[in-house]
Amino acid sequence: MTTIRYGNKSLELAENQSVLDCLNGHGIPIPYACRTGVCQNCLMRATDGTPPAASQIGLKDSLRLSSHFLACACRPTENLDVALPDDALPSTHALVSGLELLNHDIMRVDLEALSPFEYRAGQFINLVRDSSHVRSYSLASVPRLDKHIHLHVRRLPKGRVSGWIHEELSIGQRVEIRGPSGDCIYLPGKPEQALLLIGTGSGLAPLYGILRDALDQGHQGPVRLFHGSRDFHGLYLMDELRKMERRFPNFSYFPCVSASHVPAGFVAGRVHEAALRETHELKGWRVFLCGHPEMVKQTRKSAYLAGAALRDIHADAFNVSHA
Amino acid sequence: MAEKQNLADWYDEKYGKMHNPPLFEQLGGSGAVDAAVDIFYRKVLNDKRINHFFEGVDMDKQAAKQKAFLTMAFGGPHNYTGLDMRKGHAHLVTQGLNDSHFDAVMENLAGTLKELGVADNLIGQVAAIAESTRDDVLGR
Ligand SMILES: Cc1cc2nc3c(=O)[nH]c(=O)nc-3n(C[C@H](O)[C@H](O)[C@H](O)COP(=O)(O)OP(=O)(O)OC[C@H]3O[C@@H](n4cnc5c(N)ncnc54)[C@H](O)[C@@H]3O)c2cc1C
Ligand code: HEM
Repeated sequence: MTTIRYGNKSLELAENQSVLDCLNGHGIPIPYACRTGVCQNCLMRATDGTPPAASQIGLKDSLRLSSHFLACACRPTENLDVALPDDALPSTHALVSGLELLNHDIMRVDLEALSPFEYRAGQFINLVRDSSHVRSYSLASVPRLDKHIHLHVRRLPKGRVSGWIHEELSIGQRVEIRGPSGDCIYLPGKPEQALLLIGTGSGLAPLYGILRDALDQGHQGPVRLFHGSRDFHGLYLMDELRKMERRFPNFSYFPCVSASHVPAGFVAGRVHEAALRETHELKGWRVFLCGHPEMVKQTRKSAYLAGAALRDIHADAFNVSHA
Repeated sequence: MAEKQNLADWYDEKYGKMHNPPLFEQLGGSGAVDAAVDIFYRKVLNDKRINHFFEGVDMDKQAAKQKAFLTMAFGGPHNYTGLDMRKGHAHLVTQGLNDSHFDAVMENLAGTLKELGVADNLIGQVAAIAESTRDDVLGR
């Protein structure tokens, strides 16, 4: 008898019953449409146990690696803990081990997890200030290369969590983090593929992680990073990135500035426009987009129309809640 | 189960083994759908006649729906009924979805298959399946 766990409920699967039918049968509304593993409406995630391969057919590799599966095609033979993709994530405690301003409004926050915490560079965690103030921050560190977890947090005017991070968080403080989640990550394999990374503001955080992950794993194809801000004060980690440019001949860094004053050494214009001007044919490219939601949305479409395959476009829009 | 098997054997004996595997397999199954979705959806988004119907929705979700569409048209396994097609496109019909848009989708579908090097007779079979949904999609 196979048992699945959803939230605090344990449910027995009837013989050959799908996870979708089981949950819906118990009155738990999981969205679905085609029931044949095609439409992906019933996408779920295994929080413990391994989903059967048949339930991962047709999913992007990044979703597959992060234990996502299609509930309608999932007939597990071993027990499985399941959740909707955005449901409560595992919680971990961490100590603040470093706080360093990267520019006037972006802070690097280092966290030392107090229990084993597995993640991939470019995923994000939810940082808990208190039960009603939980915000997502991307992982700029690479587990293989960095001892602690690194976040880049931009302070928003009147930002309840980013303001708290900038003004109140102190070294040694204990915080709760939930996750990791997200599939904006570098997948090994295809080391010859060209990579295009585009980010605005603290959208550099996941890209910095992905970039170091890829180069450290010996990625061979060209890697181009476009980081944009209104003026150059909004950019950061420029020295580190220029150093990496010298160390890795296949890597090029394009700091972009959209305001009218463009100092020497910077690219003029909005970051995604600059990127697509430089690289207008994206057939075969892998693309990563992070930061401003409108930039991410527009660029996802233009990158696809410029030839990038949908499964090769990874993105995190830094949506800010308006509550 | 056993009965079904026997029936199939009987059918084979009486009419000879079917020489052509089903359309979906001939096209290459779900792998072919994956390859086609990328090309088809790009064509649709570039097609000024119809791209306004596809705007504003999450692209990954939308692409998954295009995949459902192609699986259907390729004769693959699905559980959609005519009623589902009616309901699924009703909001588009109120936005003015008509035969000319349907024709544009058919054109993009055929163009996609051509680009993938699919033989004409198979393209014809795919077109016939898609065509059979016209009245449901257009809510008539
Ligand atoms: C997947 C994901 C990953 C993320 N990763 C990161 C990351 O790595 N680094 C990072 O800094 N942030 C990241 N964010 C954003 C982050 O989660 C918070 O939304 C952000 O820090 C604001 O939270 P807050 O509590 O400080 O602001 P809130 O108190 O929630 O909002 C403050 C007010 O600011 C307003 N506002 C909205 N946008 C702006 C703006 N651009 N300028 C000024 N005011 C504005 C809002 O309407 C709101 O009224 C990510 C978001 C997502 C969804
Ligand atoms: C040729 C016959 C057609 C078939 C077989 C078909 C089939 C489908 C299927 C299976 C879905 C997914 C439903 C779901 O799982 O939610 C869908 C969605 C959709 N179809 Fe069609 N379709 C056809 C024609 C068209 C045409 C002509 C248009 C517009 C020009 C169109 C626009 C859409 C849109 C916009 C959606 C997504 C709706 C949403 O976001 O919920 N389709 N179609």
